[in-house]
Amino acid sequence: MSVENQFKPKIVAFCCNWCSYAGADLAGSSRLTYPADVKIIRVPCSCRVNPMFILRAFEKGADGVIICGCHPGDCHYSTGNYYARRRMTLLFSMLDYIGIENGRTRVEWVSAAEGVKFSQTMNEFVDKIRSLGENVRLGDLRCKK
Amino acid sequence: MQRVGVFVCHCGSNIAATVDVKRVVEAISNEPGVVHAEDYQYMCSEAGQALIAKAIKEKALTGIVVCSCSPRMHEATFRKAAERAGLNPYMVEIANIREHCSWIHKDIVEATEKAVILARAAIAKVNLNTPLKPGESRVTKRALVIGGGIAGIQTALDIADAGYEVDIVEKTPSIGGRMSQLDKTFPTLDCSACILTPKMVEAAAHEKINIYTYSEVDKVSGFVGDFTVDIRKKARSVDMDKCTGCGVCQEKCPSKKAPSEFNRGLGTRSAIYTPFAQAIPNVPVIDRENCIKFKTGKCGICAKVCQAGAIDYEQKDEIITEKYGAIVVATGFDTIKLDNYDEYAYSQSKDVITSLELERVMNAAGTTKGHLERLSDGKAPKDIVFIQCVGSRCADDRGKSYCSKICCMYTAKHAMLIRDKYPDVNVTVFYIDVRTPGKNFDEFYRRAVEQYGVNYIKGQVGKVIPQPDGSLLVQGVDLLDNKQILKQADMVVLATAIEPDPDVRKIATMLTASIDTNNFLTEAHAKLRPVESPTAGIFLSGVCQGPKDIPETVAQAGAAAVKAIGLLAKDKLLTNPCTAKADELLCNGCSACANVCPYGAISYEVKEVNDHGIREQRRVAVVNSALCQGCGACTVTCPSGAMDLQGFSNLQIISEVDAICQ
Amino acid sequence: MQEIISRAKELLENGTVARVLGWKIGDLPYNPEPAYFETAKDLENFVYNGFCGANLSKYMIEASKLEGKTMICLKPCDSYSFNQLIKEHRVDRDKAYIVGVGCKGKLDIEKIKKAGIKGIESISGIEMTDAADTLEIKTIYGDKTMSYADAMLERCHVCKGKDHVIYDELIGESKDTKDAERFAEIEKIEAMSPEEKFEFFKAELSKCIRCNACRNVCPACSCRKCVFDSNKFDSAQKANVDSFEEKMFHIIRAFHVAGRCTDCGECSRVCPQGIPLHLFNRKFIKDINELYGEYQAGADAESKGPLTDFTFDDAEPSVVAERG
Repeated sequence: MSVENQFKPKIVAFCCNWCSYAGADLAGSSRLTYPADVKIIRVPCSCRVNPMFILRAFEKGADGVIICGCHPGDCHYSTGNYYARRRMTLLFSMLDYIGIENGRTRVEWVSAAEGVKFSQTMNEFVDKIRSLGENVRLGDLRCKK
Repeated sequence: MQRVGVFVCHCGSNIAATVDVKRVVEAISNEPGVVHAEDYQYMCSEAGQALIAKAIKEKALTGIVVCSCSPRMHEATFRKAAERAGLNPYMVEIANIREHCSWIHKDIVEATEKAVILARAAIAKVNLNTPLKPGESRVTKRALVIGGGIAGIQTALDIADAGYEVDIVEKTPSIGGRMSQLDKTFPTLDCSACILTPKMVEAAAHEKINIYTYSEVDKVSGFVGDFTVDIRKKARSVDMDKCTGCGVCQEKCPSKKAPSEFNRGLGTRSAIYTPFAQAIPNVPVIDRENCIKFKTGKCGICAKVCQAGAIDYEQKDEIITEKYGAIVVATGFDTIKLDNYDEYAYSQSKDVITSLELERVMNAAGTTKGHLERLSDGKAPKDIVFIQCVGSRCADDRGKSYCSKICCMYTAKHAMLIRDKYPDVNVTVFYIDVRTPGKNFDEFYRRAVEQYGVNYIKGQVGKVIPQPDGSLLVQGVDLLDNKQILKQADMVVLATAIEPDPDVRKIATMLTASIDTNNFLTEAHAKLRPVESPTAGIFLSGVCQGPKDIPETVAQAGAAAVKAIGLLAKDKLLTNPCTAKADELLCNGCSACANVCPYGAISYEVKEVNDHGIREQRRVAVVNSALCQGCGACTVTCPSGAMDLQGFSNLQIISEVDAICQ
Repeated sequence: MQEIISRAKELLENGTVARVLGWKIGDLPYNPEPAYFETAKDLENFVYNGFCGANLSKYMIEASKLEGKTMICLKPCDSYSFNQLIKEHRVDRDKAYIVGVGCKGKLDIEKIKKAGIKGIESISGIEMTDAADTLEIKTIYGDKTMSYADAMLERCHVCKGKDHVIYDELIGESKDTKDAERFAEIEKIEAMSPEEKFEFFKAELSKCIRCNACRNVCPACSCRKCVFDSNKFDSAQKANVDSFEEKMFHIIRAFHVAGRCTDCGECSRVCPQGIPLHLFNRKFIKDINELYGEYQAGADAESKGPLTDFTFDDAEPSVVAERG
């Protein structure tokens, strides 16, 4: 398959400022590659991620959304990721329930020391989204066509 | 519409080798709001910052985007540069095209495309930025230290020496803490009381230090710089101003059967008592549970014998409300209960004791006047076995997962002291490892083995069995020789794990300071902010934060004091402006946000609002920006979107999402 | 019904309450509507029968702002909504005089119509005091009958029980009408393939006309201004500009009431398009029960809701993919 024809997914990664964003920085300074399809949005904490943001991304044509935060117990704000965990679990379950492929959403806990994990996670996630193909079920038809 | 300037950094070749920076400049030049775009070798250099300043002035920029390294690296640099040029520092956004782009991608076309998208997201965001100003809050120049052990005393002395008022709240009748119970201290073997007592006296005499003993913290409100604390002075039943500390009341008190807390229950004390001879203040308290007067209404001997007329049976608890700028927690530790360790026969034999109890036995002021003797029959022991790690480093939930840290050293100390004073006593130590990381620690331990002939056996003890003749049979294993060991002993000493004082959980809750699963207070950063709690204005001193010995405790106490002084030295505090803010017209007053706020920063007020002409009283959320740390948990809990986060607003994040998914 | 009316008159007369919140006779025999009654004369139009499905608790938000107390009639399941509103500080308990009214299940006119019964002139057997378990329906095409249970609202088949969780006094007997598994429908959907699920919801949601009836009737959707009407998320749109809009609206609506929805079923009852909207809310309830422990919103007015709470060992979001 030529490079031009290869499916280039749009992937939004929400990273908390304290752990995961720093983990992504570490992946960068360690030159651990992952596909350019992943674009990171910095948020203070995984608990800042509103389901609205995730649905908005899908509406505007994202093929996958991943949320990264500090490991449970390590949240900079003590408890933020615990709330995020419940919210995302329920939201993902609902998306799955209405027939959206559950591989398109993911939560991963990545510490500031886990550059390797960050890069691995992104590689895996991009592979998964590539295998799922374009997001048609949750796409905004206007934007995609 | 903003007037946005975009500055693309080459970072030498770090960015420019993989991202076509000229192409990025060209691609974003027509983005909404962009009126200026340029690239430069090193934007963070002085020359680079000058370029930014020049453009801000010449093009009257209202917002800038720097496409460069991670904001974690240079956001502060560029914010300062913008501020110097007259732009609000919060009108700066960074597009991370190094760590998140040039360093991880190889293909220049792909990396350039991504850099453009990241720049667009930052431009979209900055278009929605609003100038933010850090808030200010005042600082009450007074510190509270909770706990009057060596940690609390040292912290209080250091803060007071810097010229600030300090109050110490100690729940027992005297300051001194655990250290006052110790006999000698490792690795120098100097007497604990000899080095502690002068510190206690110094604290009591210090004009800036005020000590509340037999007192507890009842309630805490407020925030960094401006805490309000209710201190409960428990009824002492003795007037502190009148009492001369003559001690006659204690001598004459007919109720002498109460177990002495200070002697770990090994001896008894009177119902009216000072815990130990050097107690500060030297004013007794009446333990109302054991006092005959309080139990039966008859007696009153102490009042009769008190020349000063200091006894006051009617005294009530008193609440003192005081304001503080900083609070230091120094609540210390206790040894764990041994209920889960029946195999060591602690509850069955008086001759199985904890190490802290041994301190009281060996102490000249202790129950045996410092003579080493069995508590069952008063006989001199011939064989003593020490068992290490009782409840420490425990794999299951019987004990504690952590290392209590001090036990290896105090056991070496005990063994050495016994062998020194009673050379005919055999001392055996069962250990998992001997941990001696400290100045002169390993030398100390080696002296115990090499010079004093203490018998160290690597291996654990399975069981201690009391024998009919009163001796103890110790069943253990020698891992180095790989054999079972059966050892006869007269006395067994358990190096019992230490745990944070049980009251710390209650205190942490009042302070909204976080606490770990072992009840140790959590530090703001394990390495870089080890003496601060994540909750601003709360500092940690001593074992409440984790196991440590005396020198470490004193060092940490000083560090906590310095951090507290650093806070008290300020007249005003600048607060992070990226805080939550409630739109009172949209707020339902439902309290969901307050439920998830880890800082107690959200309260509710009933106030009159004018909702498009409708004036009514409404219950609305109010964020205390001095307390809010800006996590955003509340913003997602709020169904109406009334709660938003400044600097990371809903619309800002959505604009980034849109730019990326475009 | 007479007992409620005479008690209402008494309370109005002795000044305990300034008004009564109940149901009044509608223009058709099967559509009574929520109404305020301020005088004995007003009460002549008061009605309480099998068609009084409307949950009145949400009206108390506005009634809390009025002078004096309001007597509010709550069925057992409505009382859960009321409790939840107390928890959220949306209603003033002290402003309400709660009369817990008996309920033996409420009727769904759509079910009657679906059974082919049209041109209805009158229906008997709908009075709460009637022991009859058959409805006698006079229509312009002649007399018809239908069993009461067959005409009940979906929510009554999964009845939460006959007890009021909050009230000042009770009038009338209630009956637990549960005869179906609450989560059976959810489980059926969960067992579908992703394609089937998607087609099912696409078919249902494409009927949505965004009339906002579900939102307006929902006692949990009590925001002063909905996010879908404000500029806080750039999400205010009336018309459906793309196929995603209804999904977004209904998912977010369900998410916003997750942990707060008492499963009162009003959304499905009022949907003019007959979309089974409770399937969203009940899915969240089922997940919450399974993942975080049984929770009934509104059972009390104090406990923390499951989404404003957590435990250290909560399930990871990957549980969704793992359970397949």
